[in-house]
Amino acid sequence: MIKRFLYSQKVAPYVFVLPFILVFLIFWVYPLGSSLSMSFQKVTLGQDAQWVGLDNYTKLMGDKTFFKAVANSAVYMLLTLVILIPFPMLFAVLINSKLMWAREFFKSSFFFPALTSVVVAGTIFRLMFGEMEGSMINSILGLFGIEPMKFLKGQVTGYIALVALATWRWTGVNMLYFLSGLKNIPDDYYEAASIDGASRFQKFTKITMPLLKPTSIYVLTISIYAGLAMFIESMMLWNGNNSPKNIGLTIVGYLYRQGIEKNNLGYAAAVGIVLLAITMIINLTQLAFSGMFKKED
Amino acid sequence: MKKDMVMKTVLFIFFAVLGLLILIPFYAVTIASFKPGGDLIRYGLNLRFDLSVMSLDNFAYLFTGDHAYFTWFFNSLFLTVAQVALTLIVSATVAYGFSAYEFKGKNILFICVLLIMMVPFEILLLPLYTLIFNIGLMNSYSAIILPGVASAATIFFFRQYLSGIPKEIISAGRVDGASEYGIYIRLILPIMKPSFAAMAILNGMNSWNNFLWPFMVLSDDRKYTLPIGLKTLLTPYGNNYDLLIVGSFFSIIPIFILFVAFQKYFIDGMTAGAVKG
Repeated sequence: MIKRFLYSQKVAPYVFVLPFILVFLIFWVYPLGSSLSMSFQKVTLGQDAQWVGLDNYTKLMGDKTFFKAVANSAVYMLLTLVILIPFPMLFAVLINSKLMWAREFFKSSFFFPALTSVVVAGTIFRLMFGEMEGSMINSILGLFGIEPMKFLKGQVTGYIALVALATWRWTGVNMLYFLSGLKNIPDDYYEAASIDGASRFQKFTKITMPLLKPTSIYVLTISIYAGLAMFIESMMLWNGNNSPKNIGLTIVGYLYRQGIEKNNLGYAAAVGIVLLAITMIINLTQLAFSGMFKKED
Repeated sequence: MKKDMVMKTVLFIFFAVLGLLILIPFYAVTIASFKPGGDLIRYGLNLRFDLSVMSLDNFAYLFTGDHAYFTWFFNSLFLTVAQVALTLIVSATVAYGFSAYEFKGKNILFICVLLIMMVPFEILLLPLYTLIFNIGLMNSYSAIILPGVASAATIFFFRQYLSGIPKEIISAGRVDGASEYGIYIRLILPIMKPSFAAMAILNGMNSWNNFLWPFMVLSDDRKYTLPIGLKTLLTPYGNNYDLLIVGSFFSIIPIFILFVAFQKYFIDGMTAGAVKG
């Protein structure tokens, strides 16, 4: 009887998707809900929570360190967008050109950095950007007569190290995204354009860029997400969650500091909710502007 | 045609230079793993290839020294294999449910799949941490595996793949008297094999390199995974550079070998979903 029920064509689909429903409820809906309710409470592990209304949020609005963290994450995200979308797109177009030798070889070697864990990559970059005269970046700058710098002690140079790390790890991956987008553009378009006498540049702006739009939107969406949620990169470069004057503090870093390091779970939950709101607003606006919600796409 | 040769050479040189820039950090960490840790402390990571200070000491220490490196290494290996196997089986099953049937609530559920891809996992860190604490799964590998077992990205990829498979196979299976589950196991799973390879590689790479969540859950250093173990070599009281640098170098090797052998699958997995948006 039960067997017949489970084996019916009406019930079977639910059996198939049941694991997703369970994981979604237990590990997403419940934590998200409890995060939301925690953000209105004062919570310390091992003690009863107290409802405090909007206190956490009002306190957050006056919290200079929090705004420092938001600004850091936002600047980091913008810098990665400015570098990690146009350049990989250009590289993909160049590498895809008929004039390219050893295409497969370059495709793979650009991908190599993505294989490293952020712990290993972060350690390598921390040491490359070391403050000693002999460490890699400083000794290269020395060749140009530039004095050795303490990269990880200043705001601007700190960003340089962070963005260098992101660029190193993700250029190749984003290039692959664009390459797979390029594969879907039929050659006929370019042939027709050539017959009409279009220049290389015109072909790029009139055919390639518009037809790469879905890929660009995808890369933009994941880059916004990754930029705003960045934490470990900073933790590795500064060997912990503390950087001089919080130059490397990110939103998630602040969430971690308040929640795990200071056991201030309610306040940290409010930080998380604000992060969620920022990510959703930026991404939904971006998707609406790029026309992703229109039916014909 | 002469113009083409010039262009070809220019392009090649341009990419060769970029490629070299990308490989420099690997070169630096490779030569550093042959140098004593004191050299790193004194000079930082550098490009000097100096045979007089280079030796195999770090490697000797890695393989024979008194430390937990290989415990962490095999923990990572075990966790990666377990995580990949479970995630693939569960996600494929769910994807098949979404692709083969029409049922009430299907669209809403699928929107939830897409939503997961847009919610930063990091905001769940604290409530998930308290949940895992409350159900007593702290310091266990299940706490790491379970939340990701129905992976949204993997479900999405499998569903895309299955949408290219003719539905007639399913009807034919029914005519032959196979049950709904029999059809999935005997007819569909074998067809899915190639897509399993891509997702195994991608999930494997992510799992091998995963850090933040395992770092929060695991407290017993015998259970640490490789990235956590390496991180603990850096402390505010001093850094064990000898082991850190050679250990970092060594930790990249297995995934490099995998990459060279299965390049196509890495790239298929990585770029899945990017085209259709």
